Amino acid sequence: MEQPTLDVADLTVRFGGVLALDHVSLRAEANEIHGIIGPNGAGKTTLFNAVCGFVRPERGTIRYRGEALLGTAPHQLAQLGIARTLQGLGLWPGLTVLENVLVGSRVRPNFVASLLAMPRADRLERRLRDQAIQVLEELGIASVAGTLPGALPYGVQKRVIIARALMAAPDLLLLDEPASGLSAGDIERLAELVGRLRQRMSVVVVEHHVDLVMAISQRITVLNFGAVIASGTPAEIRGNRQVSAAYLGEDVTTAEGGASA
Amino acid sequence: MPAAVARWRSLVTPMLSRHLGLALGAFILLLLLSSQIGAYDDYNLAAVAIFAIATAGLNLLTGVNGQLSLGHGALMAVGAYSTSLMLRGHDLPLILVLLASLAAASLVGAVFGVAAARLRGPYLAGATLALAVGLPQIATRYSHVFGGEEGLTVPPPTAPGWLGADFPPERWLAWIAIAAALVTMVLLDNLLQSSVGRTFKAVRDHEAAAALAGINVARTQVIAFVISSACAGLAGSLFAYWAGLTAPAGFGVALSLQLVSAIVIGGLGSLSGAVWGSIVLVYVPALTSGMASSLKLPSAVGNNLPLLIYGAVLVVAMLVVPDGIDGGLRRLFALARARLAGATTNHKGVVDWDDPAGS
Ligand SMILES: Nc1ncnc2c1ncn2[C@@H]1O[C@H](COP(=O)(O)OP(=O)(O)OP(=O)(O)O)[C@@H](O)[C@H]1O
Ligand SMILES: [Mg+2]
Repeated sequence: MEQPTLDVADLTVRFGGVLALDHVSLRAEANEIHGIIGPNGAGKTTLFNAVCGFVRPERGTIRYRGEALLGTAPHQLAQLGIARTLQGLGLWPGLTVLENVLVGSRVRPNFVASLLAMPRADRLERRLRDQAIQVLEELGIASVAGTLPGALPYGVQKRVIIARALMAAPDLLLLDEPASGLSAGDIERLAELVGRLRQRMSVVVVEHHVDLVMAISQRITVLNFGAVIASGTPAEIRGNRQVSAAYLGEDVTTAEGGASA
Repeated sequence: MPAAVARWRSLVTPMLSRHLGLALGAFILLLLLSSQIGAYDDYNLAAVAIFAIATAGLNLLTGVNGQLSLGHGALMAVGAYSTSLMLRGHDLPLILVLLASLAAASLVGAVFGVAAARLRGPYLAGATLALAVGLPQIATRYSHVFGGEEGLTVPPPTAPGWLGADFPPERWLAWIAIAAALVTMVLLDNLLQSSVGRTFKAVRDHEAAAALAGINVARTQVIAFVISSACAGLAGSLFAYWAGLTAPAGFGVALSLQLVSAIVIGGLGSLSGAVWGSIVLVYVPALTSGMASSLKLPSAVGNNLPLLIYGAVLVVAMLVVPDGIDGGLRRLFALARARLAGATTNHKGVVDWDDPAGS
C-alpha cells in the first residue's frame, strides 16, 4: 500500500500552561484534500507549525511519505516537496508579484553564477520567469506580475501567496485559511483551484469556512481545544453531534480527551 | 567578425553587458573629469569612490537584507590595518594588497556574521556598535604591532611610468578608487538583480515566509554580512592609501555612524543611494569646513560646524525625502514620465491590470 503523504501521530504541543495540541493524529493520503476545521485557538495553525518545524512537539511523530519529519528545519521542507501558506499572508512587500513567486521556486542559480552574471544563471532565470508567469496565469493574476503586492486588493494578494507556494511544485501543500477575507466569487474559484491541484499533490487545508471544506475535502479532521473531536468524510462530519456542539458553542463535557482543558 | 559577436553574446548576458557598458562609460567620464580638476578635487573624488564602496556594501546589508550594522567603520579598519601592515617594509602590488585586505575583512565579517545571525534589531545594532567601539582599541592595546595612537603610515601608490613623471598621485589614487568602485558596483548589481538579491529581500521582509520558501535564513544573513564586510575591507584598504596613515582615531564610532547616515540620506537599498550618500558624506563636510575657516569663527564653534551642518542635512533629508535622495529622484522621474505619457497617450498604461479581483 502507498504511504500516506502526511502522517501525524499522537502529537502533543504545549506552550507553557496551554495545551495547544493534545495527542493529535491525522493522515493525509496521496492526492487527498484533507480539511481541518475547528474554532479559534483550536490548534490548527500550531499543527502546521509543528509539521514545519517552527514549534517542537512534546511527543508524537510526524511522517512525510513514510520518512520522519521531526527535527527537520523549516527551510528544508521546500526541497522535500512541502509548501505552506501562512495565515497572515507573509508576502514580501519589497518584491514584485513576479519576484515573490520566483522566490518560491525550489531551484536557484548558484551564488558565483549570479555574482558574475554568467550565462547559465541567465538561462535559469529566464526559465524560472516563464514558469512563474505560467503559475500566475493559472491563478489569473499574470497581469499584475510587475506590481508590488501592497498595492493590490486582498483577494489578489491571497492568490499571490498560493502562486508562490505552487511555484515549488510541491507534493504536499498546507493552506492556512486560504478563504478568509475572500468574496463569494473568489471562494468559488479557490474551490475550483484546489480541486484541480488534487491531480498533482496532497492538500491539507485549515479553514473556518465550513461549507468550502465540506465541498472540497475527501476527509476532514475537527480540532477543539487542541484535541481531535472527530474525523471522517464530509458526510460523517456533518452528522457528528460533537462537531455541531463545538461550533454552536455548547458545553461538550461528554468529549473524551479533556475538551474543557 | 559576426562569429566574434556571437561568441560575445554567448558568454556575456544582456545584464552583464549592460552593467559593463554603464561601468565603462562611467569610468571614461570620471577619468576625463578627474583629469580636468585639481589635486584637491581629485582627492575628494577618490574619497567619494572609496565611501561609495563601503556604503554600497552596507546598503546591501542594511537596506536590502535588513540587518542594521553600526560597526562597519571597524570592518573598514580591518581592511586599512591589513593594508598598512602588509606595506610595512614591503612593496607589494596594489591589487594584491587590495584583495588581501578585502579577504581579511571578509573573514572578520564571517566570524562576526555567524554570531550576529542570531541577533535581531536593537540587539544586532548593539553588537555591531560594540564592534565599532572595541576593534580600534585593539590597535591601541597592541601598539607594538598596530602603531598605537600614532598609527601606521602608508606610502601612496605610485602611478605607472607611462603616465608621466609629474602625474599627480591624487589623480592616480582617484583612478584606482573609481575603478574599484565600479567593479564593486557591477558585481553588487549582478547580485541584486539575481535570485540572490531577491533572497536577501525575502529574508528582510518576512523571515518565516522566506524559510518556508526554502531559504536558509541564518546562512543568507551571514552571506550578506560577509559581502558587505568584503566591501568595507576594500574601502578600508583604499582609505589607508588615501589617508596615508592608519590610526584608531580615523575609525571611531563616528565613521560607522556616518556610513549608516549616508545610506539613509542617499536611499536605503539601492546602489545609487550609496553613491549619493557618499557624495553628501564627502562634500558637505568639505564645503562646510571651508566655510568655517573663511568665517573666522572661534575654533570651538568652527571645529564643530561641519558636524553640525552634516547633522542638519541628515535631519532635513529625512524630512524632505524620507526614502533618500535616490527615492526622491525616482519619484521625480516617475512624475515627469507620467506627465509626458499623460500628455501623449491619454492615461493609457497608468492602470494596466484589469481588476484581477474579478469583482
Ligand atoms: N507561539 C506560541 N506561544 C504561545 N502560545 C501559542 C503560540 N502559538 C499558539 N499558541 C496558543 O496555542 C493555542 C492554539 O493556537 P493556534 O494558533 O494553533 O489556533 P488556531 O486553531 O490556528 O486558531 P485560529 O483559527 O484563530 O487561527 C492558542 O491558545 C494560542 O494562544
Ligand atoms: Mg490559525
